[in-house]
Amino acid sequence: MSGIIGRKVGMTSIFSADGRNVACTLIEAGPCVVTQVKNVETDGYNAVQLAYGERKEKNTPKPLVGHFKKAGTTPKQKVVEFRDFRVEFEGQVDLGATVKSSEVFVEGDFIDAIGTSKGKGFQGVVKRHGFAGVGGQTHGQHNRARHPGSIGACSWPSRVFKGMRMAGRTGGDRVKVINLRVLKIYAEQNLLLVSGSVPGPKNSFVILEK
Amino acid sequence: MSDLMKIVEAEYSEARAKFPSFKAGDTINVHVRIKEGNKERIQQFQGTVIQRRNPNSNGETFTVRKISNGIGVERIFPIISPAIEQIDLLRQGKVRRARLFYLRGRQGKAARIKEKIRVRK
Repeated sequence: MSGIIGRKVGMTSIFSADGRNVACTLIEAGPCVVTQVKNVETDGYNAVQLAYGERKEKNTPKPLVGHFKKAGTTPKQKVVEFRDFRVEFEGQVDLGATVKSSEVFVEGDFIDAIGTSKGKGFQGVVKRHGFAGVGGQTHGQHNRARHPGSIGACSWPSRVFKGMRMAGRTGGDRVKVINLRVLKIYAEQNLLLVSGSVPGPKNSFVILEK
Repeated sequence: MSDLMKIVEAEYSEARAKFPSFKAGDTINVHVRIKEGNKERIQQFQGTVIQRRNPNSNGETFTVRKISNGIGVERIFPIISPAIEQIDLLRQGKVRRARLFYLRGRQGKAARIKEKIRVRK
């Protein structure tokens, strides 16, 4: 698997060659710095650790400052490990090297995007789990249009089963969206235009995998 | 809109710029390319612009309303759509709002829009 870390810029739409209006997301992806290279001998598996996004040294924990210093780079905001990172330059990924999005992806690739979805706060079962609600205002009911209904039987089992879907905190989860197509690569600006939507608000970190 | 987004949308600014500027209240004639099987032909849709949404972005659309055989018909066009061949500005209307949804409730004489008279300098 190879990939890169980016930041969501926003959404727009373009017309494809066959005249279809395609919703797409613009992602500022990379350049990332290789902050650690793991291999079978020392770590038990092959992986590459990438870092992205500047941050001030005074806002960085001391151990991390040392970690970044080892790679010969400035402190970064987001650090992600990619297992079995096989770019075209396999085996040549060095500590402190820069990885650009145009080196990892080509136009037309199918990629997966991982982000943290927008937090929705405490939500009911209709929004949170897609329950249909009661579905009417008549037949004597007046105050339970969006209620969950029954959450189980009575004297047996005398309890509510674990994992029963109920109301609660919604959103803010790690979400992976698979098979987004890379429509366009702006190599100079490190921008990627991918089809479809990507979880999370604007300016949030997005992990792209191939 | 962020500056980075402008880089993407700048490619479509030409598609926007080739049409005359028009506003809500104007009467326009839209030439739409229509595909029927293998054949392509141009269909014209003439009516009043009742709104322009999300201006100066790729998502910009405009809504044209006309009365066809006594029935109100509205059509929404994305402005960067390659299906739009040409737009003719036929008449500029004098209106006091950007969205003319009040036209939907009106018929005949009441649904008229005054023409904008350009003042001579």
